[in-house]
Amino acid sequence: MSGSTFKSQAPRRTGPAAAWVSGLLENKYLGWIALAAALLAPLLTASPYSLNVMTTAAIFVMLAAGLNIVVGYCGLLDLGYIAFMAVGAYTAGIVSKAFELPLLFTIPAVLVMTILAGLIIGAPTLRLRSDYLAIVTLGFGEITRITANNLSVTGGPSGIYGIPKLLTFGDFSVHSPAVFYYVTILIVAFFVLASARLGKSRLGRAWRFVREDEDAAEAMGIHTYKVKLMAYIFGAVWGGFAGVLFASHLTAISPKSFIFLQSALVLMAVVLGGMGNMRGVVVGALVISLLPELLRDLSEYRYLAFGLLLVVAMVFRPKGLWPAHGHEEERKKKEPEQTAVDAAVSRGESR
Amino acid sequence: MSVVLGVNDLQIAFGGVKAVDGLTFDVHEKEIIAVIGPNGAGKTSAFNCITGFYKPTGGAVVMDGIDITGKRPADIAAVGVARTFQNLRLFNDLTVLDNVRAGMHLNRGQSWVDAIFHSPRFKRSEAAYTEEAHYWLDFVNFEGPRGVPIANLSYGQQKQVEISRALARKSKLLLLDEPAAGLNYTEKQNLLELCRRIRDLGTSIVLIEHDMGLVMELSERIVVMNFGREIAEGTPAEVKANPAVIEAYLGKNDEEDEEVGIDGNA
Repeated sequence: MSGSTFKSQAPRRTGPAAAWVSGLLENKYLGWIALAAALLAPLLTASPYSLNVMTTAAIFVMLAAGLNIVVGYCGLLDLGYIAFMAVGAYTAGIVSKAFELPLLFTIPAVLVMTILAGLIIGAPTLRLRSDYLAIVTLGFGEITRITANNLSVTGGPSGIYGIPKLLTFGDFSVHSPAVFYYVTILIVAFFVLASARLGKSRLGRAWRFVREDEDAAEAMGIHTYKVKLMAYIFGAVWGGFAGVLFASHLTAISPKSFIFLQSALVLMAVVLGGMGNMRGVVVGALVISLLPELLRDLSEYRYLAFGLLLVVAMVFRPKGLWPAHGHEEERKKKEPEQTAVDAAVSRGESR
Repeated sequence: MSVVLGVNDLQIAFGGVKAVDGLTFDVHEKEIIAVIGPNGAGKTSAFNCITGFYKPTGGAVVMDGIDITGKRPADIAAVGVARTFQNLRLFNDLTVLDNVRAGMHLNRGQSWVDAIFHSPRFKRSEAAYTEEAHYWLDFVNFEGPRGVPIANLSYGQQKQVEISRALARKSKLLLLDEPAAGLNYTEKQNLLELCRRIRDLGTSIVLIEHDMGLVMELSERIVVMNFGREIAEGTPAEVKANPAVIEAYLGKNDEEDEEVGIDGNA
């Protein structure tokens, strides 16, 4: 038995440049570097247009982070994910308008409603597998939108407008788009970090076990149904909070914001980025949300170019731009005469 | 010795076919029992009934005094039944260590809140998971790399990991479905020795196996099935001499041979 023979960690592509790149990609501070970049971005360009685009992109990242829990970690194909964003946005909008509350105070209501939505959509559908689940979630997404379109409390087709900004307390209000951008970035960063950490925990592993083999997971004592429901609820909460940010950002929401195309785009971000790998999913979400803006010069042709680029990306990177690599640290050097417990002490934390 | 698992008149039918028809046996503490029989005799169906993957249409399964008949697999696992599968059922995209960690899912020690905030509790719990995963891999003498996806490993190594995953459950009863299938001679000898060490941990073992050499050497009692029915039960010597068993394996004189000989290899 020699743990030392397998000291090297993830297999590296040969060459110093490739090693440097993969070293950078595995860097554990990469998330903080990305956060710093996001916080510094307004120093480069702070026009109302670019702040608007960047804020929208950040909200989109949060949606992708939430869907990554459901689709990436747990393997439950959800084609109606935008419904959770709708529930969050409408709850925040309705509650804040009805009770003249600052948007921040609607969070408990949003939490309750999104968890409820997760349970309502999750509980009856999670007994279904793959294709059937996808179709039913697609239906639920549309039902949510059509319900919002037909109820008077949601404002019907014209929706809700005049939603207060996130940072409005009585007479005090911050209208600066830059401040809202910073607040959004911090909230999104927290949710992205939380979803990445969840992925590397006992619950996150259980999600992956269910994704890989439900029966084997069940044989290990994992209540697959509960675990899947947890994935749904977490996904719903992430989507709901993204909805609050969305409502606050636009100050107006209508059913048109929550069409199927939006669900498809979020799913595309997850798949393009690399299912199950939080870093990849963030990249995917940024590509999906920013690329159409960068291609604006092509005017009408930009969605054609966008589609082509996505097809090319999926042809050359079928597992996504930055897939989950599935490697972890080998055991640190272990002397043969050591007992397992001794080795454990010297090993310390190894994830 | 106290009874760990009691199977009483277990039955399951698929449509009109009675895959298991009145199977009865007890497993005592620290006992190794083999379930043998020709292909299609209902051995795996019986395992699936015991572990909850099939709902028995009749009879009862009692584990440690708790009636587990027809409960869901996760609940049965929690009572103390671990199993391996006839065809490997590993989590292919996940690392060897993660596969073994699956067996420890019921060790609590952390909540999702701990995970989000990386609390000291979370770090301790993760370190314990890793330490224990290494311990069980060492226990089965696993020598391959541990941080790579399990799909990259050889078949023999994957079988080892599947057993360590089941061992990590630390259950009182271990069901092994054809643990020796596809193993070479040395690997089979290691398996033999491993099963005895598992028994010494205080775990009872029930195994389905076609390798008669291994079965005869390892098991204390043998249950023989054919066409869903239990046709014999006893020590290896008793079973070997039982005419019904010989008939099941070799057929009557006027019938053509089928399946494998009583001491042949599957």
